[in-house]
Parts: sequence; structure tokens; C-alpha cells
Amino acid sequence: MLTLVVIVLDGLVYSSWLFIVAVGLTLIYGVLRIVNVAHGSFYALGAYVMASAAGYYFARGLPPQANYLIIPLAALVVGLVVGLPLERGLLRFFYGRDQVVLVLVTYAAFLVLEDATKLVWGVDPYYAVEPYRLLGTLSVGGLPYAVYDLCLIGVAGGLGAVLWWGLNRTRNGKLLGAVIHDREMSEAFGVNVTPIFTATFVLGAMLGALGGALTAPEISVVPGVGAEVIVLAFAVVVTGGLGSVVGAMLGALIVGMARAAVIHLAPSVELFVVYLVMAVVLALRPQGLFAPAAARKI
Amino acid sequence: MAAAALRRDFTPVILTAALVLLLAGSAVVPAYLRFLFELALANGLAVMGLMLLMRAGLVSFGQGLYYCLGGYTAGIAGSFLGISDVFALLALGAAVAAVVGLLCGLLIARYREIFFAMLTLAFTMVLYGLLINNERLGSTDGFNVPAPHFLGWAPEGERLGLTLFVVTCVLVYVVALGLHRYLGSAMGYLGEAIRENELRVEYLGASVRRLLLVKYVLAAVLAGLGGVLTGLAVGHVDPDLANWTTSGEFLFMALLGGIENVAAPLLGALVLELVRSYALEYAPYLWQMTLGATMLVIILFLPGGLWSLARMRKGADLTPEL
Repeated sequence: MLTLVVIVLDGLVYSSWLFIVAVGLTLIYGVLRIVNVAHGSFYALGAYVMASAAGYYFARGLPPQANYLIIPLAALVVGLVVGLPLERGLLRFFYGRDQVVLVLVTYAAFLVLEDATKLVWGVDPYYAVEPYRLLGTLSVGGLPYAVYDLCLIGVAGGLGAVLWWGLNRTRNGKLLGAVIHDREMSEAFGVNVTPIFTATFVLGAMLGALGGALTAPEISVVPGVGAEVIVLAFAVVVTGGLGSVVGAMLGALIVGMARAAVIHLAPSVELFVVYLVMAVVLALRPQGLFAPAAARKI
Repeated sequence: MAAAALRRDFTPVILTAALVLLLAGSAVVPAYLRFLFELALANGLAVMGLMLLMRAGLVSFGQGLYYCLGGYTAGIAGSFLGISDVFALLALGAAVAAVVGLLCGLLIARYREIFFAMLTLAFTMVLYGLLINNERLGSTDGFNVPAPHFLGWAPEGERLGLTLFVVTCVLVYVVALGLHRYLGSAMGYLGEAIRENELRVEYLGASVRRLLLVKYVLAAVLAGLGGVLTGLAVGHVDPDLANWTTSGEFLFMALLGGIENVAAPLLGALVLELVRSYALEYAPYLWQMTLGATMLVIILFLPGGLWSLARMRKGADLTPEL
């Protein structure tokens, strides 16, 4: 019974983390049709900015409770400083090209950003454990459970709700929906697509960086954290259906629960399960489990 | 076809000259440089397979799957089964890659574009996930591959390195010649036809699915052979061979060299290996940045890869490959 509770709890926490990390990827794909490999760089950059900013913050002895503001700020900074130039300075020249070409372009951008990160932060690990430690633990059926982890569930839920509301209940969200549905037709109706593309890309970059910033207190931030995350995020997004926010949420739940169950029941196939879910879903329903099948345009 | 037949085909000449040059050079160049060429040629095998797919319009993000299978087959056969003859290992690696390639290919050959890329990626990551958690095969550290024999002959040290190099060169030469013939055959040309318009190929009476399956299995076998040679040359295999970054590098080599000629992927693999070793020596933190920047420049300005420079001189147009 306790195992079941822990599996569900672990699964929820892991799913929340996956959702936060992956939702930016699905948003960018939905609007721009770019499978953005550089999403891993945004994640890594968010983690680095958070770790060094938190280190600075605590070294100055500022009120510890307010340090959580650094997390969204780090995401904002990465989105504007890296995401914006990347879209305006590079990706826009490739719009209309084959999707696979864009994968290669973002892969190249990822490689460049990997080394740029190393140039700025070096190769030594960064730690920012204070935000994690400050919240302490909670007893769940006798087992200590980190409150920070539980907070992730709330953050993911809130993020999902805000995104859903923004996409379905606001004017800009409706415009976005129109662009997703048919770019040329919305252009013909006078929608200015360029700023929508830019804003979506920056928002997606911010979400990726937010995932990194939220994770930074739980890990040691070292070169290479981005490369691991990309494939995980792909797995989630592909499982739920590329380009759908609700799909990303359900995909995160499936992958997260599967992994949590496997970690507790058969730890030797832990990572394998995530990729297996992805491969099976891709093989059976390449458009994702929860994406409606699109009619092919000729 | 008639025009192509009338034009003289220089590729076999170039390949033969390269083989002679490499074999003659191996006697004089330092061992590290020979090792570098050996690795480049082994990778080049995998990239030639990728070229085959790319000519048909399919970009695989998962050739590392077969590369890794080849390497691990060589390692397992050598360490656990006591098979250490180079030719037996090569045959075994190719066979394993072919079987897995056929099974995966039956599924993968149905997909195109981004879905093909992602499915190949997923498959290679499945193997990666399996190997990472396998304690008997050394988990993330991998394990050592014992030194191979050559038809009963067991050289050591410098001799071993040289022999393995000669075997690699000759194998790559034979494969490249064979592949060149294939590309010039009707089946080879149909690859480009599929890229241009799949429906028309079907109307012409050819089975797109079967053609792609054959190409996919061939690419798998080539990557498997490359993996065996790399495993033997390095003497060690680890799960990173199946990680998506390895497949990404193959893709990069194909873009860099080009996909018009069998020699182009070999050129791409060689240039990358040379740049990598020198960049790692002089600017270790800038290596990936160099790689990424070069990739962008190639995609933007030289979509046919380095090989298309040769054609440009002759005044032909630079057709984008992707």
C-alpha cells in the first residue's frame, strides 16, 4: 500500500517536472512547426542562471524566503537574452523549409549554445540547494518527502491552467489557434504572423528555462544536462501528440507514472521504459496519442 | 542514363587512388594519424549508409543504433563467446545489424520526414536505455573489446594496428565500389525518384516500401560494420555509441561531405575527425561551437556539402540536397 502511495506521489512529481520541461517544446512545435533541439540549451541555461543567481543572492545574505522569485526571473532572462535573438537572428531565415532542415538548424544552435555555456560558466558543477532545503520535508505515511518536490505539482498544475486559459480564453490565444490551424489563411485575414511566431518562440524558450531553473536546486548543474533532457522532453511530447498542450500534460503523466512504477518495481529497466513508451507510441500512432489525426493537404 | 554512361565515371579511379595513397601513407605517417584515419573510415561506413537514406529523402537520427550494435556484437563475441577473428566479427556484426534493421525497418519504412527522424531516434534511445542499465555489459562504462585475430594470425602492438588499418581500408574500398555500382543502378536512381515524388514511383510500378526497406537494411549493415571496426580499433565500447549525439554526428558528417557521391561521406567523416582532434587539442571548449557554426554555414550556403565545391568549378548548378 505504501509502495503504491509512493509510486503515485513520485509519479506525480516526476510527471509535473516532465510537463514543465516539455510544454515549451510542444508549444513551439504547435505554432512554428519546429522540433526544437535547442530546447535542451534553454533548460541548461535556465539551470545555470538560477544556480549562479541563487549563489549570489544567498552570499549577500538577502531575505531567504524571497529567493524563489529568482526562478521566474531566470526564465525571463534566458527567454529574452537567448530565445529572442535565436528566433530573430537565425530561425526566421529557415521558415518554410523542410521540418527536418529545421531540426538540423536547431541541433547546430544547440551545439553552439552548449559551448557558449561552458565558456561563460566553465565546466565545474554549480549548486543551489538552499531553495530546496529551505522548504524542508513532510511526512508521507512515515516517509520524509521534500516539500519542494510537492510544490512542483502545484507549479505544473498552475502552469497548465494558465496556458490553457491563455490559449482558449484570450484574444491572442485565439489568434494563435488560427495560426496553428492554417497559417496562410490567417495571414490572408490580416493576422500579423511574425510577432506571433516570435512571441511563441520566446515563451517556449522561457518555459524551457523555467524547467531548468526549477530543477537547479535538485541537481548539480554541469555541462551536458541539456542533452539528457531533450530526449526526455521529446518522449513526453511525442507520446501526448506534438503541438498539443493537453497532450503534453497527458504524455507527462503516462511517462512519469510509468517511470515511477518501474523505479520501484523493476529499477533495472528504468530509463529504457521512457524510450520504449515513446517508440511504441510513435510506431502505433505517430501523431501522438491525443492529437487528432490531421488531413493531409496536397 | 545515356548521358550518364557517356560521361566518364571517375569515382572508381578516385577511390583506387585514395586506397593506394592510404596504404602507402600508413607506412610513413605516425601511428596517431593512422588511427585517426581508421576511425574516420569506420565512421564513414555508417555515413555512407546514411547517405543512402538521405538520397531517398529520409533523414535518420538513429544510425547510432546499428553502429552500437556492431560494436557490442564485436565486444560480446570477443569477450564472452571467444570469437576473435576479424572477418567472423565483421560478418557477425553485419548479420546482427541486418536482422535488427529488417525488423525495425518493416515498421520504420512506413514513415516519412519528421516522423521517420523521430522514430529512428526513439529506437536508438531504446538501445541506449537498455545498455545503460545492463550491469553485465558494464553499464555506462561499457567494456573492453579483446584484440582481434586475422585468420589465425595474432599480431600485437604496432603490427596489430597496421593490420587492422589495412583491413579497414580494403573493406571501405570494396564497400564504396559496391555502393557506387548500386547508386548507378536502377534501384539506386529510384532512391532520388522517391525523394522527388513518391507517388510517381508507385505509378511507375516500383514498390516504394520495398525499395526503402532495402536501403534501410543496407544502411543498418554499413553502420554495423562501422561499429565493429570502431570497437576493434578503440578496443572499448560504451552505450554512448547509441546515444542520439552519435547519430547526430553522423548526420553532420553527411551534411559536411555531401551525398552526391560515395566518396563524399568519407570526405565528411575524415574532415570532421581531423577538425575534432585538432580542435580538442587547441580549443577544447570551442569544439562543439565550431561544429555547430560550420553546420549552419553548410546548411545556409553549401547545401550540397563540400563535394559540391568540385562540381561548382565545372560550372554546374548547386542543387540543394534537402
